[in-house]
Amino acid sequence: MKRFSFRRFWALLRKEWLQVKRDPMTLRLIIAMPVMQLLLFGYAINTNPKDLPAGLLMAQPSKYERTIVAALRNTGYYKIKTLSSEAEAETGIAQGSLLFVINIPPDFDRLVDRGESPSILIDADGTDPVTIGSATSALSGLTNALNRDLPPIRQAPAANPAFNFIIHARYNPEQITALNVVPGLICTVLMMSTMILTTLAITRERERGTMENLLGMPVRPIEVMLAKISPYIAIGYLQVLIILGVSTFLFQLPVQGSLLLLLLVLGLYIASNLALGITYSTIAANQMQAQQMAQFTMLPFMILSGFMFPFQGMPFWARCIGEAVPTTHAMRIVRGILLKGNGLAEIFPDIWPIALFICVTVFVAVRFYRETLD
Amino acid sequence: MSGNGQDPVIDVRGLRKNFGERNVVDGLTLQVAKGEICGFLGANGSGKTTTIRMLCGLLTPDGGSGTCFGRDIIREAALIRRQVGYMTQKFSFYEDLTVFENLDLVASIYEMPHGRAAVYAIMERMGLTDRAGQLAGQLSGGWKQRLALTACVLHQPRLLLLDEPTAGVDAKARREFWDLIHDMADEGLTVLVSTHYMDEAERCKRIVYLEGGRIVVQGTPDEVVSNAGLITFAASGTGIDEAARRMRRAPGVESSTVFGHLLHIAGQDRVLLEATIRGDAGQDLSWREVEPRLEDVFIHLLSEKSTSR
Repeated sequence: MKRFSFRRFWALLRKEWLQVKRDPMTLRLIIAMPVMQLLLFGYAINTNPKDLPAGLLMAQPSKYERTIVAALRNTGYYKIKTLSSEAEAETGIAQGSLLFVINIPPDFDRLVDRGESPSILIDADGTDPVTIGSATSALSGLTNALNRDLPPIRQAPAANPAFNFIIHARYNPEQITALNVVPGLICTVLMMSTMILTTLAITRERERGTMENLLGMPVRPIEVMLAKISPYIAIGYLQVLIILGVSTFLFQLPVQGSLLLLLLVLGLYIASNLALGITYSTIAANQMQAQQMAQFTMLPFMILSGFMFPFQGMPFWARCIGEAVPTTHAMRIVRGILLKGNGLAEIFPDIWPIALFICVTVFVAVRFYRETLD
Repeated sequence: MSGNGQDPVIDVRGLRKNFGERNVVDGLTLQVAKGEICGFLGANGSGKTTTIRMLCGLLTPDGGSGTCFGRDIIREAALIRRQVGYMTQKFSFYEDLTVFENLDLVASIYEMPHGRAAVYAIMERMGLTDRAGQLAGQLSGGWKQRLALTACVLHQPRLLLLDEPTAGVDAKARREFWDLIHDMADEGLTVLVSTHYMDEAERCKRIVYLEGGRIVVQGTPDEVVSNAGLITFAASGTGIDEAARRMRRAPGVESSTVFGHLLHIAGQDRVLLEATIRGDAGQDLSWREVEPRLEDVFIHLLSEKSTSR
């Protein structure tokens, strides 16, 4: 028995090969996975994001506005729109639709003309230091470049620049990357650990033969689905508590907003992952397939959500896919509540996409759930 | 319609089911009366399981029509399901739940009004009370099968569909199982049961023999035996195994089988059979004519199938 039998080995190998061949879905996934991932990540990852949304707030009309805006635009990092009020700037930066607010102070023109080097305050969303890093460092070269565009009387004495930029990194003034990474980590870890829970739920029943008995009884598909999701929401919460505990004690993660709100929203996020898992479970023919489907989505979700690389740096199409991913929204919500102290109003734009995602996946799961053995 | 006790519980006509190119059930017509125990017999792959699955709505027939308790098996499958107890061929309860938990789940799925009480009552009746807390996965084969039957009858169905319920179960447990089935049939429960065991077939009120997805023989066990028109001779003595092989090729012998220390040969032509036995004289065997048994008939049916194809 101890001797390695080549014949036995060959027979086993042949059997495995036949099984692989007769499971075209798994085969397709095995081939498609690396190709898709290479394509997605190869093009989507960009740690030097351009065209970041910025708002321009002017205390009074300035004749230098056009020159400054043009100079900022020329760096390629800023996509500027003029804001009408302070309040608009505040909501924009809290919701994440603006990463920068450029404040041109009152009396700016007069101070420049008198050579007093006034300051332009740039409020930056510091929750993700990587995203704003290149954009802010590009500012240093800008104050001198602007000189040439100034009226001749102000050009001569190059001793002090016409004006300065003051960058104020909001929410994360020390630009600690961990503060950005930890909320993101909460979401990705939660995604990976919860999705797999339900992925095997239906396929396992089918493979153990218990499905035949379940189908023989009067059960509704939606009952089966929800019954399989619910217990895992509790398990998900347990994970949330562990992750939050570790984050606050080990990483000194600040909790600026309402912890209760955070927990409520994370419940929704957990449900979205479980719903996706169970959808895979109904579509897949066996446990192997279901598991591969889950693995197939985890990495793209993680990367497209803006966890590993700046969301703003991805091309438009990749951002569109990212917007459909619950992890993207959950990450914004968690960062918003923990670091920015956001309330329900600010996070609402990120709540409904997760709810919609749950509805769509559960609908697909119920559609694919077969009430017969056909 | 359902008020009339004379209506058959199962009434299907021309039932068909294909898996790919294969006609697994090919125009099956069957009536089963209330309180009847109907035995489903036939070789592996003859369509027994597929028929049972169609009757309880787990498979959609590709053709034919029919009713269970007057309800259409295609359009009203969900309603039929509530009144049917289906015992699968493979143990299909949760092995990681206890006996009680499994039964409690079933009671809840059927939304039984006094579910807990019903579970305790049926566990008492089926002798499962002592094992209520045991994990289903740790039960022996006989007890697993008893749990499965209990779960099937818990919601007080009007029809039991049992798919090889006693496969792999010892003789004592099988006898007890059938005693329970008879008790329940006496109370008015209709039972359709598939089996490979002849002793079980003999305990059915009516047997149906399937071949290639069609019914080829049906009737009471006695009718099936007499309609086969089989003449059977038995021999005992030394060398019956060798004689069995020799007889298989002999003229007039359609089946030749050893049962313990007896050799049975059967055929439909008495003259040829007697000539064969006379011709075999000189061997150390003593022949006598015996009543054909159900088993002879089925072996005859099975071998007829293999020679006709």
